Amino acid sequence: MISLTRTWAVMAKEFVQLTRDRLTYAMILAMPIVQLLLFGYAINDDPRNLPTAVLVQDQGGFSRSVLTALDNSGYFEVTRVARSTAELDRALERGEAQFAVIIPADFTRRVVRGEGAQILVEADASDPSATSGAVAALLQLPQQALARELAGPLATRASGPPPFEVVVHRRYNPEAITAYNIVPGLLGVILSMTLVMMTSLGMARERERGTMESLLATPVLPIEVMVGKLTPYVLVGLVQAVLILVLARVLFAAPMSGGWLALGAGLMLFIVGSLALGFLISTLAKTQLQAMQMSVFYMLPSILLSGFMFPFRGMPDWAQWLGLAIPVTHVLRVVRGSVLKGVGLENAGPSLLALLLFVLVVGTLAMLRYRTTLD
Amino acid sequence: MAAPGPAPRRVEKAEPSDRGAHEKVIDVRGLNKSFGALHAVKDFGIVVERGRICGFLGPNGAGKTTTLRMLFGLLRPDSGEGTVLGFDVLKDSREIKRRVGYMTQRFSLYEDLSIEQNLTFTARVHELDRRRERVQAALDGLGLTARRAQLAGTLSGGWKQRLALAAATLHGPELLLLDEPTAGVDPEARRTFWDEIHGLAARGMTVLVSTHYMDEAERCHEIAYIAGGRTLARGTADEVIDASGLVTFHAEGPGADRLARELRGTPGVEMAAPFGTVLHVSGRDRAALEAAIAPYRKSPLVWSETRPTLEDVFIQLIHDREAAKAKAEAA
Repeated sequence: MISLTRTWAVMAKEFVQLTRDRLTYAMILAMPIVQLLLFGYAINDDPRNLPTAVLVQDQGGFSRSVLTALDNSGYFEVTRVARSTAELDRALERGEAQFAVIIPADFTRRVVRGEGAQILVEADASDPSATSGAVAALLQLPQQALARELAGPLATRASGPPPFEVVVHRRYNPEAITAYNIVPGLLGVILSMTLVMMTSLGMARERERGTMESLLATPVLPIEVMVGKLTPYVLVGLVQAVLILVLARVLFAAPMSGGWLALGAGLMLFIVGSLALGFLISTLAKTQLQAMQMSVFYMLPSILLSGFMFPFRGMPDWAQWLGLAIPVTHVLRVVRGSVLKGVGLENAGPSLLALLLFVLVVGTLAMLRYRTTLD
Repeated sequence: MAAPGPAPRRVEKAEPSDRGAHEKVIDVRGLNKSFGALHAVKDFGIVVERGRICGFLGPNGAGKTTTLRMLFGLLRPDSGEGTVLGFDVLKDSREIKRRVGYMTQRFSLYEDLSIEQNLTFTARVHELDRRRERVQAALDGLGLTARRAQLAGTLSGGWKQRLALAAATLHGPELLLLDEPTAGVDPEARRTFWDEIHGLAARGMTVLVSTHYMDEAERCHEIAYIAGGRTLARGTADEVIDASGLVTFHAEGPGADRLARELRGTPGVEMAAPFGTVLHVSGRDRAALEAAIAPYRKSPLVWSETRPTLEDVFIQLIHDREAAKAKAEAA
């Protein structure tokens, strides 16, 4: 027979234990509130006002109208006026611009003469979802951009075939293969999932099992404990990274364009940073459960705000700033840059610096938190 | 990471004659430690000489573990002064850790490492030379050479404690702090364990051991009895018993043990406790005590005066403390 009293006994005990762990209690309430607010407002899978670099070689008046029309579409925001194609290329490569627009020298003349005028739009399609909305908007551009100019003597141009053509080049991932974008992101997410979690459980486990006391009873120094505890996981991280990259190459034929040095440096910094974060969490958590919860709390923004799931540029500024504090964001850029664009150390610089900063700050905090006494 | 400033020096002894047999291995005064509102250890002081086995007794929550941890540097005393092995107990905890062996109350070796791996780990963190040799010697000493690959977690309670002792002494410490090393261990394993402790002391190691077992207290060279964070008695077992001024009578015979209830609270009887079928009755005032038991001194009970045991003394000490506390609260 099922006894209500006995069931109630278990239930009451469970409730008491649930409220006993203050952190768990706080997490139960904070998790939905924080995450809902954060991601409800931050995520937008139709990003607008994407940074656009333009190169205007045309002296005629129509190019200005085309730029205005681009701006009016809401998807493009001219952030840089380039003077050479090389400058455009660099802006795309570094990820400073999502689009590069070239209006060729004879644009106005060709429109007027109806000689098949073209403008060229190069899109950084390493993240296809970030560009798809904007590319769709480009289709409307020829019909609307010059509507006002094509009046009077040129009215015939307005009614005929479109006055010019927009040629879109998808750079880095021309076929918009989602896997190319997902794989680098996955690399960052999987690495942080295993590394942060594994190390965060580490110290908490020593504390729970009571081995912490005998570890502290030895003359071992905090830095020795940290380096000693983390090094095996650096290997784990490297094995995972190589495995994912090899699979990406073999199964999805990811381009692997080069930039190996930047890739290596980025992954190494990211692995060390994730481990240091795990170590920091484990000095804060009293139990393995708490360590686990904190890791999960960190994982969600890593997936959602890093540009892995949703386009980084689609997020409002505050969310982008938040995203910049997350190492996955930067490793994602380094890996995408290397796998899809083949960018070198120079162009990956800002992301590598951000990762280095993360390692230093989190590592220092972890050292400061570590206690050599039981106080 | 090098410690800043000059390396810690042992505090120079004023008199060279202090060294040798009467060298003070532990010499601390006025140690205090609070956890929030709880004043766990109050003005603790103790002097222990080299080669002595000093038993640390007292009820649960008396502050024994806290005191051991402070002596070892695992907890920072709020105040106090003194030296352990000549090193400042407040400042040189790293130097102390190198020279002291500490065995935790709870088994704290890695259960998922083998016996040998645990010993190797300990040898490495202490940067011991001739590591293999030392580990092998420890395994031989334990008689665990054949089981070296067995996981430490699968050992029985007694073996775990012996392994923990071997690990705590692997680096050849001059002082050994043992926190209830034999709690929950069967009598035979306890005996083996204590034989090892005496062996270590005979070779010059000083041992401070906390325990709840009276028979173990009697195996110590000297004892300190702590309650409520204060030292209530100190000396050899005999000294502690003599100093108590207790007079104890035994009563044997049918129903003797059931007399305890009646005798308690009678003037002159400070303690009445049954031990199996035997009754122990103690008090400091001989005349009053004899008067109190007089009505029961008849057949079939057989009464005899006996020397108080440590247990009698300790129970007495706790009663005194509680009485003093009650008086203080009433005032």
